[in-house]
Amino acid sequence: MLVNNGLVYLIALPLFGAAVLLLAGRRSNRWGHLLATALSGMSFVLSAVQFYQMLGRSPENRAVTQKLFSWISVGSFKVDAGLLVDQLSICFVLLITGVGTLIHIYSIAYMDHDKDRRRFFAYLNLFIAAMLLLVMGDSYLNLYVGWEGVGLASYLLIGFWNQKPTYATASKKAFIANRVGDMGLSFAIMIAFATMGTVSFSGVKAAVEGTSQGALTAIGIMLLLAATGKSAQFPLQAWLGDAMAGPTPVSALIHAATMVTAGVYLITRSNFIFDAAPTAQLLVVIVGAITLLFGAIIGTAKDDIKKALAASTMSQIGYMVLASGLGPVGYAFAIMHLLTHGFFKAGMFLGAGSVMHGTGDEVNMRKFGGIRHFMPITFATFGVGYLAILGVPPFAGFYSKDKIIETAFYAGGVKGILIGSAALFGAAITAFYMSRVMILTFAGTPRYDINHPPHESSFLMLLPMGILAIGSLTSGFLLSRGDSLVHWLAPLFEAHEGHGEEILQPVVISLMALAVVILGAAFAWFKYGRGPVADTAPTEVSVFTRIARRDLLQDDFNESVFMRPGQALTRLLIKTDDVVVDGAVRGVAAAALGSGSSLRSTQTGFVRSYAALIVIGAIALVAAIWAVTL
Amino acid sequence: MNPTNYLYISVLLFTIGAIGVVVRRNAIVVFMCIELMLNAANLSFVTFARINGNLDGQVVAFFTMVVAACEVVVGLAIIVTIYRSRRSASVDDASLLRR
Repeated sequence: MLVNNGLVYLIALPLFGAAVLLLAGRRSNRWGHLLATALSGMSFVLSAVQFYQMLGRSPENRAVTQKLFSWISVGSFKVDAGLLVDQLSICFVLLITGVGTLIHIYSIAYMDHDKDRRRFFAYLNLFIAAMLLLVMGDSYLNLYVGWEGVGLASYLLIGFWNQKPTYATASKKAFIANRVGDMGLSFAIMIAFATMGTVSFSGVKAAVEGTSQGALTAIGIMLLLAATGKSAQFPLQAWLGDAMAGPTPVSALIHAATMVTAGVYLITRSNFIFDAAPTAQLLVVIVGAITLLFGAIIGTAKDDIKKALAASTMSQIGYMVLASGLGPVGYAFAIMHLLTHGFFKAGMFLGAGSVMHGTGDEVNMRKFGGIRHFMPITFATFGVGYLAILGVPPFAGFYSKDKIIETAFYAGGVKGILIGSAALFGAAITAFYMSRVMILTFAGTPRYDINHPPHESSFLMLLPMGILAIGSLTSGFLLSRGDSLVHWLAPLFEAHEGHGEEILQPVVISLMALAVVILGAAFAWFKYGRGPVADTAPTEVSVFTRIARRDLLQDDFNESVFMRPGQALTRLLIKTDDVVVDGAVRGVAAAALGSGSSLRSTQTGFVRSYAALIVIGAIALVAAIWAVTL
Repeated sequence: MNPTNYLYISVLLFTIGAIGVVVRRNAIVVFMCIELMLNAANLSFVTFARINGNLDGQVVAFFTMVVAACEVVVGLAIIVTIYRSRRSASVDDASLLRR
């Protein structure tokens, strides 16, 4: 493996930025955002250089490592803090630093009026550093550090406006849901160490051969739990909607393009474990299939533009997880969809932010309408993202999503038909809810205060949106041309022979996907595009709509199954602590105190009574001796 | 004369001294009663020395006298100091160590 001692600067630059901005405090208010953006940009340049050098090497020699220091060395357990950049990592590194830098630029304008803009940029830099560590760590333990780091950054940024109690609660909710997942990751690491004696990627990969099926399945399921927490997958998906409390650039960067895809990275990175544990792999597919429908259904009922997009993110990551559960044939498509999704979803979130910026922080789509006349560029960039997520050729989503649907159908047997249909159905719902977002926001008649028409955003905001739109337009074509991404990633995964059985021609599947997409979009137009839309959500709706509006009862479920019993358990423990533990302590103290105060009454302070006691004692002693000797 | 009679006198003296310590309030009188008890003990020591025909008991009696003399010096000084500060020689008044 090649060694490059420059890798650490990729992480060190944004980390340095975060440290400077946080330590310098208000002194850096004037130039903090510029420094953060510059450092993030430099990180992107460095990663582009890495990528360029990587292109020049043969496929087997592309991975680069750097050993930072010996981290833990206890007996036979040895972990080095090391970095690894290979074909998989570099995709993420480029996405994180590239989209990250664009969103830094966007945030300069978006957060212009916020007096805490410097702190915001400090957290953004912290996030970039942690996310890079996550994808560049060469062992599960190093990954774990980054994993926790992005959790922290996400928490800080969701609760950035924590003066609003609901926002602070949302950040706590995200953090706690993530903690549940993190527990899975730590368990996976512990099981890996207990059974294999190593936690590095290369070590675990080599040790898979001689490890029992049960241990591999356990590690796989625990890794899946970790992925569901970080990537908002079923059953830990409830936090993502509330995470939209954060500023919109955060939603674009962390909760659409990068952090929430960390679960997909984890599963893909652990491909050797999942390939050897079919049960865990099947669970991955099931989780992905459930989530992609779950998110899509929630998306149909949301009037908050950001929450609709969040539900869509959940659903799209469901596609990626589904693909990564299909084995060697699916990993590359999961990563491809991840990259294209990074472009179009970040672009749409920035578009939503632009609309909010122009309408005075309005998020309710029922208060929009006809905005395309006032914000043509935002409309254009959002529209490109919309076509991309629908999978209209030649936009990016067409290449990545079609491949996933196709691979799902080819998974074989009933399973293939089931998950293929789920993915196809998901595409139809996606078309419906995204068209709904599009129609409610940009088409139709205005439903906002006509005296304050929305205004187009500034150049600094439009530039990143434009670049992301170009990415949404071209990335799918570029990544799939001659199967370039598949070949690029191939050395990492187990070799596989083509597809499974082709139950349908790829062209037929593409046509089917296109047909359901058109159907979904047409239905949305039929429902929202023809006439005026009510500016308040109708209340006389079916029970299904009501359930969908309540996020398919995810919060009610968590509340009744986990929170209430949890609170009851806590109360019980508090009571036990109060009565048993504190009772024992207080009882000892009270006994000492009581016996002391009753004995104290013998201490009269009168010399004569002491003397009398001595005399009585002496007499008693003599009497005792006398009685014994007699 | 039967030496046992000296022991009876010793017991009598000790009892008078003990009762005196317990029932009297005046510090000087209490002090005198203590001396009485010490001398009752001395008397028994000497008596036992006589009965057993050796000098051990008499030697101890001398030690007791030395200790008693020292005690008088210290004790009287304390009593005088207490009297000066409190205008009273009652042992019941000097009960400040109660709590």
